[in-house]
Amino acid sequence: MMGAHLHEGDTVLVREDYPIGHIRTPVYVRGKKGVVVRRFGPFGNPETLAYSLPSDKRELYKVRFRQRDLWPLYRGSDADTIELDLYEHWLEKA
Amino acid sequence: MSPHDHDHHHHDNHHDHGHHHDHDHGHPHDHQPDDKVHSYYQILGVAMKELLIAKGVVSADEVRRAVEMRDAITPANGAKVVARAWTDPAYRERLFKDANAAVKEFGIDIPATHLVAVENTSDVHNVVVCTLCSCYPRDLLGLPPSWYKSRAYRSRVVHEPRIVLSEFGTFIPDDVEVRVHDSTADMRYLVIPRRPEGTQGMNEEQLASLVTRDTMIGVSVVQAPKGA
Repeated sequence: MMGAHLHEGDTVLVREDYPIGHIRTPVYVRGKKGVVVRRFGPFGNPETLAYSLPSDKRELYKVRFRQRDLWPLYRGSDADTIELDLYEHWLEKA
Repeated sequence: MSPHDHDHHHHDNHHDHGHHHDHDHGHPHDHQPDDKVHSYYQILGVAMKELLIAKGVVSADEVRRAVEMRDAITPANGAKVVARAWTDPAYRERLFKDANAAVKEFGIDIPATHLVAVENTSDVHNVVVCTLCSCYPRDLLGLPPSWYKSRAYRSRVVHEPRIVLSEFGTFIPDDVEVRVHDSTADMRYLVIPRRPEGTQGMNEEQLASLVTRDTMIGVSVVQAPKGA
């Protein structure tokens, strides 16, 4: 699928895209920047699996976002974070 | 086959169908769960089940048994794992390295999903959600509580976790990072809560009795027994 794999510590930008279908990338992180904290390896792509279509494997990453970067009016500590598991085709190195 | 582990490929309301209790009890109380109109996906699920039974792919008893086994899993499974992690540093290490293998030591087999243990410390408090459906470490905690699947919890805990936690009676100090885990893929998250002060004299079994479901979701913290 994509060329080089991402690594822990890489800053990534989540693709800002709104395709129709079974998408496991929540809208609230699309177009946002985060940091890869863990590499899980290849997993079936849910966007085709959900429709029983032939499914390829995609690299899956745990990506950490600062709450303040997602919600400008966030009430809490600056250090608060949220982590999501995102597939490689939604991420580009920033 | 373990269809329940593939919950994220479906819409969440299918988790509530198929439990036809309350039918023949003749109790005078309200039978509200059965009174509601079934949604499109609930009807689809029931139709699929009936078709699989009619074609002899599965029997009604097999379906019933699968539901019964699923319903029998309790948070005691998760509590055993937490207590072992608290008392056995080598086990704790194995748990964070490969949680599926570590829980298998207790006979808990998770074939379809990847369990990830996340540890609360003096610096980080973890809390788990599935904003897209109701992904949950069912093999360790049983079926998720209804609030976990509610739109209110799923939408609010991601953007105001401290306020949601406070509504559960949980107040995390400002100098502790609150870290939300949104289970968007094949991972299932189990929070390893902090071992409370004053429990040094307790054995593994006694410690496990302190660990509740909510502390392993991360909406609560483990309390020491009174007088400890």
